[in-house]
Amino acid sequence: MFHLGLVPGRAWGALLCQLLRPPRTVCVRAVGCHGQVAEAVLTSQLKPHQEKPNFIIKVPKGTRDLSPQQMVVREKILDKIISCFKRHGAKGLDTPAFELKEMLTEKYEENLRLMYDLKDQGGELLSLRYDLTVPFARYLAMNKLKKMKRYQVGKVWRRESPTIAQGRYREFCQCDFDIAGQYDPMIPDAECLKIMCEILSGLQLGDFLIKVNDRRIVDGMYAVCGVPESKFRAICASMDKLDKMSWKDVRHEMVVKKGLAPEVADRIGDYVQCHGGISLVEQMFQDPRLSQSKLAVEGLADLKLLFEYLTLFGIAEKTSGEKVRTTETQVFVATAQKNFLQERLKLIAQLWDAGIKAEMLYKNNPKLLTQLHYCENMGIPLVIIIGEQEQNEGVIKLRSVASREEVTVKRENLITEIQKRLSES
Amino acid sequence: MFHLGLVPGRAWGALLCQLLRPPRTVCVRAVGCHGQVAEAVLTSQLKPHQEKPNFIIKVPKGTRDLSPQQMVVREKILDKIISCFKRHGAKGLDTPAFELKEMLTEKYEENLRLMYDLKDQGGELLSLRYDLTVPFARYLAMNKLKKMKRYQVGKVWRRESPTIAQGRYREFCQCDFDIAGQYDPMIPDAECLKIMCEILSGLQLGDFLIKVNDRRIVDGMYAVCGVPESKFRAICASMDKLDKMSWKDVRHEMVVKKGLAPEVADRIGDYVQCHGGISLVEQMFQDPRLSQSKLAVEGLADLKLLFEYLTLFGIAEKISFDLSLARGLDYYTGVIFEAVLLQLPAQAGDEPLNVGSVAAGGRYDELVSQFDPKGHTVPCVGLSIGVERIFYIVEQKMKTSGEKVRTTETQVFVATAQKNFLQERLKLIAQLWDAGIKAEMLYKNNPKLLTQLHYCENMGIPLVIIIGEQEQNEGVIKLRSVASREEVTVKRENLITEIQKRLSES
Repeated sequence: MFHLGLVPGRAWGALLCQLLRPPRTVCVRAVGCHGQVAEAVLTSQLKPHQEKPNFIIKVPKGTRDLSPQQMVVREKILDKIISCFKRHGAKGLDTPAFELKEMLTEKYEENLRLMYDLKDQGGELLSLRYDLTVPFARYLAMNKLKKMKRYQVGKVWRRESPTIAQGRYREFCQCDFDIAGQYDPMIPDAECLKIMCEILSGLQLGDFLIKVNDRRIVDGMYAVCGVPESKFRAICASMDKLDKMSWKDVRHEMVVKKGLAPEVADRIGDYVQCHGGISLVEQMFQDPRLSQSKLAVEGLADLKLLFEYLTLFGIAEKTSGEKVRTTETQVFVATAQKNFLQERLKLIAQLWDAGIKAEMLYKNNPKLLTQLHYCENMGIPLVIIIGEQEQNEGVIKLRSVASREEVTVKRENLITEIQKRLSES
Repeated sequence: MFHLGLVPGRAWGALLCQLLRPPRTVCVRAVGCHGQVAEAVLTSQLKPHQEKPNFIIKVPKGTRDLSPQQMVVREKILDKIISCFKRHGAKGLDTPAFELKEMLTEKYEENLRLMYDLKDQGGELLSLRYDLTVPFARYLAMNKLKKMKRYQVGKVWRRESPTIAQGRYREFCQCDFDIAGQYDPMIPDAECLKIMCEILSGLQLGDFLIKVNDRRIVDGMYAVCGVPESKFRAICASMDKLDKMSWKDVRHEMVVKKGLAPEVADRIGDYVQCHGGISLVEQMFQDPRLSQSKLAVEGLADLKLLFEYLTLFGIAEKISFDLSLARGLDYYTGVIFEAVLLQLPAQAGDEPLNVGSVAAGGRYDELVSQFDPKGHTVPCVGLSIGVERIFYIVEQKMKTSGEKVRTTETQVFVATAQKNFLQERLKLIAQLWDAGIKAEMLYKNNPKLLTQLHYCENMGIPLVIIIGEQEQNEGVIKLRSVASREEVTVKRENLITEIQKRLSES
C-alpha cells in the first residue's frame, strides 16, 4: 500500500542503510522537491517489520488548534468585547481572508516581507490579510463611504518569528473598532479610549494604564531636539523599543548605530521620561523648547481637549497617568537644603505615628528635583518641604505633586491639614 | 508621482494612444508579469490632465465582504446552528486556516487542483484548508483521541469556478458537526440526521428532504450492474452530477466519455430512479441482483437500523432512501446523506432558485487512520451545513418581502436641542455605557435636534433622551420613544432605572 509522507532524519538513515546493503533493493522515488520537504515513496521491498516512516502530524509553525476548553474561554472573552463594541453603536463587518496583492502591497512598507502570499496558480495574485485596518480602508473606498463606525473580529496572518511562549503567533485573532468620518475634533478619539477602558475593566485583568501620545508631538519633539528629518523614521523605530529595552540601550542604538548626535539623544531622553495626566500636557505647553514646534503645539492642543473629554467620561485616571502604583504612600518628606536629615526623620516619624503612609529618601542631602521626580514616578500625591526659613517661621510647605499648588501650613496644623487633604481626594 | 495599480482595458487603451502619438513620451514599465496582472508605472511625462489610471478596488474573485446588514442575518443563522450543536453536547474546536500541504494532499485526490496553495516563501509548504473534516481528522490523530463529539464553524477555501448567482463562492463558511469514535452502530449516524432536521426546521426555510444512501450500496450496485472496478471512481463522479444534470446527460457522459457499456448504464439507470422510505430498503433486500452483493446487503442492513432510529426520533418522513445519491468526496465509507429544500422561494424575477443541497454528510471510517502512523482507525460520522446557500436563500426572501434589519443594537440616543451641551452629553452617555446600556450620540459639538431625531429613526433606535438648560436646572431629563414620540420627564437620578424598565418591557 503506497503512502506519502515526510521522511525525517532517522528514516532517511534507515533508507541509506538499505541502499548500502546489496541484497535488498530499495526504491526511493523523490516525488517533487520543494524547499525543506521531500516526499518519498517506499516500495513493498522493505522488510515486513519496518513500519511506515514516522509521519509527524503537526500544525504549521506559529499556528495552533484551540481545544474545547480554550474555545470556551475565547468565546467568553470575545462576547464581552463584541458586546462593548455593540454598546457603542458599531456595526459588524467581515472581509475576505485574502486580498488582491496590489491592495496590500503599498500599505505596509517594511512589513511586506512578513505577509503570506498565495501561490500564483494562474489567477489573481493574492495575499492573506495582515491586519483588519487596511481591508477596512479598502471597503470604505470601494463602497465610497464617508462615515462608518464598525467593528471586525477575525484572524490575520503574519510570517513573523513566532515566540509562542509570549503568545505571539503567525495566525491570530484581532478585534478592531474604528470610526471613519469627519467629525468635531477628539470626540471619536475619546470614545475609542472609553471603549478600551470598558473592555479592559470588563475582562477583569487587573489594573491597567493607557499610554497616550500624538504623532505630531513626537515629530515636533524630534525636530526641536535636533533630529535631522532624514533620520526621523529610524529614530522612531528605535524609540518604539522603549517598551522592551532600557533608555540606555535605546540611546546607545540611536547614537552608535543610527548616527544620532549624543546631545540630541539626551534632549530626547529628557522628554521621554515624562508621563503624567493633563498637568503634563499643560507643562509641555509651557516647555520653552517644545512650544517652538507648531506641530507639537497642535498635538498638545488636541491632547488637552482629549483629556477634557476623558475626564467627562470618567476615565482620565486610567490614561497616561499615574502609573499603576506599587505603593500606597500618601506623603513624601522632602527638603531643598543640606543638613536637614534630622528634621526629616523627626517629621516622618510624626506622620507615621499619626497613621499616615509616608516616605523619604535614604539620603543625607538629596536634591529637591530628585525627590520631586520620585514623587511623580511613584504617584505620591502630597509632599512636604522643609528648609531653614520655614523652620525659623515655624511653618512647612505642603504641595500637591500633581498640580504643584503649594500652601504654607503652621507646623502644629500639619497633620490635620494633611488628613483633611487625603480624605477629600 | 509614481503609483502602482491595476491598469484595466480602458487605461491600457489610453496608454497605447500615448505610445502611438510621437510628440508625447510615455514610459510604461511593466514591473513583473504574473498571469493576468501587469503592473505599470507611468512617469510624469503624461499630460497634466491625464488622471491616474483607474485603480479598480475590488475583492478577489469568488470572495465578498459582508455588509453590516448581511452580518446581522449571518449572526442569527449561525447562532441557531451553534445552539443546536451545543444542545446535542458538542464541544467547539478551532483549527488554523492553513495546514501543512502534506496533511491535505492525499485526502482530496481530484480536488487537489481546487486547493489554494501558499507561495513557497522559504518555510513550510502550506495550503488553505479545503474543508473542516480533514483538519478534524488531523486533530484527532495528532492528539491521539479515540472519541470526540465536536462542532466547528469556520471559513474554508476552494478554487472552484464561482457561480455567485447561486451562492457559490471560493471563500465560504462551513458549520460542521462530527462524532468520532467506535460506538454501537447507527446511533451517532441517526443523531446527525436529527441535528440536520432540527437546524433546517429552526431556520424556517420551508419544506425539505434528506436523501440517504450508503457507499457500500453504491459500490455494490455498480459491481452487480457490471461496472469494472477500475471505472468505479469515474462512474461515481458522473453519477454525482445527477443533482445538476438529467439522467439522460449523465448516462451519455458515462457511456460516451467514460466508456461504460450501455447495458451496464441502463441497469444503473433502473436503480437510480428509486427512492422511498423504509419500504424501499426492504424492497432492495429482496432485489435479486443487488442482494448478490455482500457489500450492498451490509449497507442495506445499516440503513434499515438507521430508519428504525429515525422513526423513534420522529423524523422518518423527512428522510428518503435515494439510490441516485453518490456524493463527491471519496473518504465516505458508509452512510451518506444530503438535504435539499423542496419549496424554493421565487426570486424577484420569478425564477425558482436552484441552490443544490443545503447540508450534507456521511460516515468516513478510514480518514483518521491515514494520519496515524500505526494506522489505527477512529470511525467518524458527521455533517456540514451549507451556510452560504442558506444565507443566500434568506437574503432573497428578505429582498422579496422587503424586510429590513437593524445594523446596530443601540437602545438609547443622547440628544440635545441646545448649544453648548457637549459636556453634558458626554457625561450622560458614559453613565449609560457604564450601566451596560447601548447608547450613541453624534460626534458634533452642537448638533441640530432634527438631525439627531432623524438619525434615531433611520437607525431604528427606540429611545432618545433629550437634555437642555431648563431640564438641567430642574434636575430632570426628557425620555422619548422614537416611534411614538411620547415623552416623559424623568428625574436625573431615576434615568437609568427608567430606561432599563422600558427596555425590559419592549
